[in-house]
Amino acid sequence: MTQVKSLADLRKIKDDLQGKMGLREKSNSPESLVQIRVAMATCGIASGAKQVMEFFMEELDKRNIQAVVTQTGCMGYCFAEPTVEITLPGQAPVVYGYVDTAKADSIIEKYIKNGELVEGIIPVNYETIQK
Amino acid sequence: MRDMAMHIMDIAQNSIYANATAITIEVIENKDDDSYVVIVDDNGGGMSREMVSKVTDPYVTTRTTRKTGLGIPLLKLNAERTGGNFHIHSEEGKGTNVKAEFVFTHPDRLPAGDIAGIIVLLIAANPGIEFKYQHVTNKGKYALCTAEINETLEGVSISEPSVVRFLKEMIKENQQQILIS
Ligand SMILES: Nc1ncnc2c1ncn2[C@@H]1O[C@H](COP(=O)(O)OP(=O)(O)OP(=O)(O)O)[C@@H](O)[C@H]1O
Ligand code: FES
Ligand SMILES: [Mg+2]
Repeated sequence: MTQVKSLADLRKIKDDLQGKMGLREKSNSPESLVQIRVAMATCGIASGAKQVMEFFMEELDKRNIQAVVTQTGCMGYCFAEPTVEITLPGQAPVVYGYVDTAKADSIIEKYIKNGELVEGIIPVNYETIQK
Repeated sequence: MRDMAMHIMDIAQNSIYANATAITIEVIENKDDDSYVVIVDDNGGGMSREMVSKVTDPYVTTRTTRKTGLGIPLLKLNAERTGGNFHIHSEEGKGTNVKAEFVFTHPDRLPAGDIAGIIVLLIAANPGIEFKYQHVTNKGKYALCTAEINETLEGVSISEPSVVRFLKEMIKENQQQILIS
């Protein structure tokens, strides 16, 4: 039987990360990171929010962009699910609708990397957004 | 919802919204009883008795702050469609326990889906919440708890991409060990 991974193997990963950590620490204050919130209410999940959230987590890491990816409940845009709210450091949040992995890719390349707006922004009244 | 994983994400999102700081997700597959049980338990704000009696009914629209919820009614419907049943226990200020029991061999019983992926997303996106995941089948049991993981990590964030990737593989491999069906 092959050896199944256990928490003992996690220690190695932890040690690696701690090795790199010193270099990173300075840029790690949350305001300096890109914040991404994926709407994960019933309608979001049903329309593929999980794949979109995984895509952001994996691709941002691959492309060396430090970001915080979290989930939120209903943002009130059932018609445009999956929806994703992106907050660039020091800027107002922007909500994108109908986000699939292709759209997520151009959001990363254009908006997150270069600040260029991508099609599909939902005009938002922030009063209505729930956490 | 196409699979158990999507339902789990949905019900756990309710727990997060209710400000839970501890969430337990349990999957119990039992061929002898012909049952597939999914339980989500939290220590969030809970619901009044009146609210509990309303949430399983999608047609009740007395809510004023938001439209009728779908998450709980859908899970109930999918469980009952297999001849299974659905229970929700909640106490204000204490927490909520949602239990959906499917009939294992019923043709309409949803497939498992990517449960490992969902668990890992929940953990990564909510580092402040203590998650427990337990999966029991006729072949054995696998249990994971983020408190223990955080102890191992000694201050390194559980949301670090390489940690998240590792956790997903670890869960998948362990699920494989106890896979029945
Ligand atoms: N774990 C919980 N703790 C406290 N309240 C809950 C919990 N689960 C559900 N509720 C209450 O029940 C309501 C209905 O839940 P349900 O999942 O059916 O719909 P929703 O979350 O409101 O919307 P949707 O799931 O369709 O996005 C919630 O809005 C919330 O008030
Ligand atoms: S219920 Fe669909 S976005 Fe909130
Ligand atoms: Mg819900």
